Amino acid sequence: MVTSAYWRTRLHRYRLVGNRCAVCGKAFFPPRLVCSYCGSTKLEECKLPERGRLVEYTVVYSAPKGYDVVVPYVVGIVELENGVRVVAQITDVDVNEVKEGMEVELTIRKLPEQLEGGMICYTYKFRPVIG
Amino acid sequence: MRPDDDVGIIGYGVYVPVYRIRTAEIARVWGKLNDDLPVEEKAVAGPDEDAVTIAIEAARYAIRRAGIRPDEIGAVYVGTESKPYAVKPCSTIVAEAIGATPNVLAADYEFACKAGTEAFQASIGLVASGMVEYAMAIGVDTAQGRPADALEYTAGSGGGAFIFAKKSHETIAYVEGSYSFVTDTPDFWRRDGDRYPYHMGRFTGEPAYFRHTVMAAKSLMAELGLRPSDFDYAVFHQPNCKFPLKAARYLGIPEEKVKPGLVCSMIGNTYSGSSMIGLAAVLDVAKPGDRILLVSYGSGAGSDAFSFVVQDAIEEKRDRAPKVSAFLSRRKEIDYSMYAKFRNKILM
Repeated sequence: MVTSAYWRTRLHRYRLVGNRCAVCGKAFFPPRLVCSYCGSTKLEECKLPERGRLVEYTVVYSAPKGYDVVVPYVVGIVELENGVRVVAQITDVDVNEVKEGMEVELTIRKLPEQLEGGMICYTYKFRPVIG
Repeated sequence: MRPDDDVGIIGYGVYVPVYRIRTAEIARVWGKLNDDLPVEEKAVAGPDEDAVTIAIEAARYAIRRAGIRPDEIGAVYVGTESKPYAVKPCSTIVAEAIGATPNVLAADYEFACKAGTEAFQASIGLVASGMVEYAMAIGVDTAQGRPADALEYTAGSGGGAFIFAKKSHETIAYVEGSYSFVTDTPDFWRRDGDRYPYHMGRFTGEPAYFRHTVMAAKSLMAELGLRPSDFDYAVFHQPNCKFPLKAARYLGIPEEKVKPGLVCSMIGNTYSGSSMIGLAAVLDVAKPGDRILLVSYGSGAGSDAFSFVVQDAIEEKRDRAPKVSAFLSRRKEIDYSMYAKFRNKILM
């Protein structure tokens, strides 16, 4: 990943910060420049809930470079408690135990290191709820 | 050492990765007898985990128990010897992830397995002096042992985070006093650029772990006018299951006061996280008024000893985040081949 792009998006990645339309109230993740519901450009940063439900998922066996050590892995759509849907990797699960509807929560994990000596990127993922 | 103003813990959190390898599995691979293994199993960081991700998890739980805003935290210190970067702090990533930036002190501490309690000492001083209102000290490691080496059986992954503030009704346990005992002892080291540490067997026990642990504990008790019988719980650094119990015997502390904080048989030696996860396990069960002895040990070598007295707020705060027992029962067993892949021991 390009260092500047990672740095620019770090708060979204580390804290699940999205934005909300000041006119119609819809929330988005990742943040949008224009509200896709009412077309407003007045959007305000907002922290999203950290828990949700796995709506849909797929198992990745043919992965991009760098991800070969984590194959097979799960990518899913998580519906957060406020209804916002986030596409993310589901971690700490075996592929045969993932179920639609399972309760998941935010965790910050590293992405595979793609370049020797390169930057380590951390980002949002979801895992089964602990405790 | 006693701060002029009383300081205490207002929040704590731990994190232990879900993966476990049984030491009998390691013994099977290397053809060792498994009748005297130092721990039952050890926690293994997953392929997307490192000291930073574990520290973030523990820190977020500590904030939840403390009930404060993260931007009120004035210092974030991460103690570890498993830094993902040789140069670039873990603490800046952790501070940014929890929302403590940008008006915050942040630094990494390194002192083998006692880097976390070294951060305790700094945090207590900063809070007592009034320089910051809240300070967070984290001890975390994803320890590596050379394949087939004795350390491979115990080197585990996990961490704990503690938030300090001046004593108030929010205090979970306040610090009665602390004592640090340090000498130059060559029991264990890793040179810059080396992947695995070296250890000097003859220095490991008596002149290193036991001398420093016992001297720090005895000196603390002498300074505070306390006896071993005044403590309800004792937590020591846990490189294996035998050392903490033997240190307790040297100090005249019965086993039943050590066992509630003894977690290494299920997660291994989590290095900087070890005594801190042990302290959290005790806070999970302690009652207001209980006195806890905490003594860390870091190779190289030194020990930090603390006396904590548990306060009423523990009853309400301990259920705000997962307890240590939740992490001990959450486990996925892996075999040596998956362990080798997860811990980057296979050259690609």
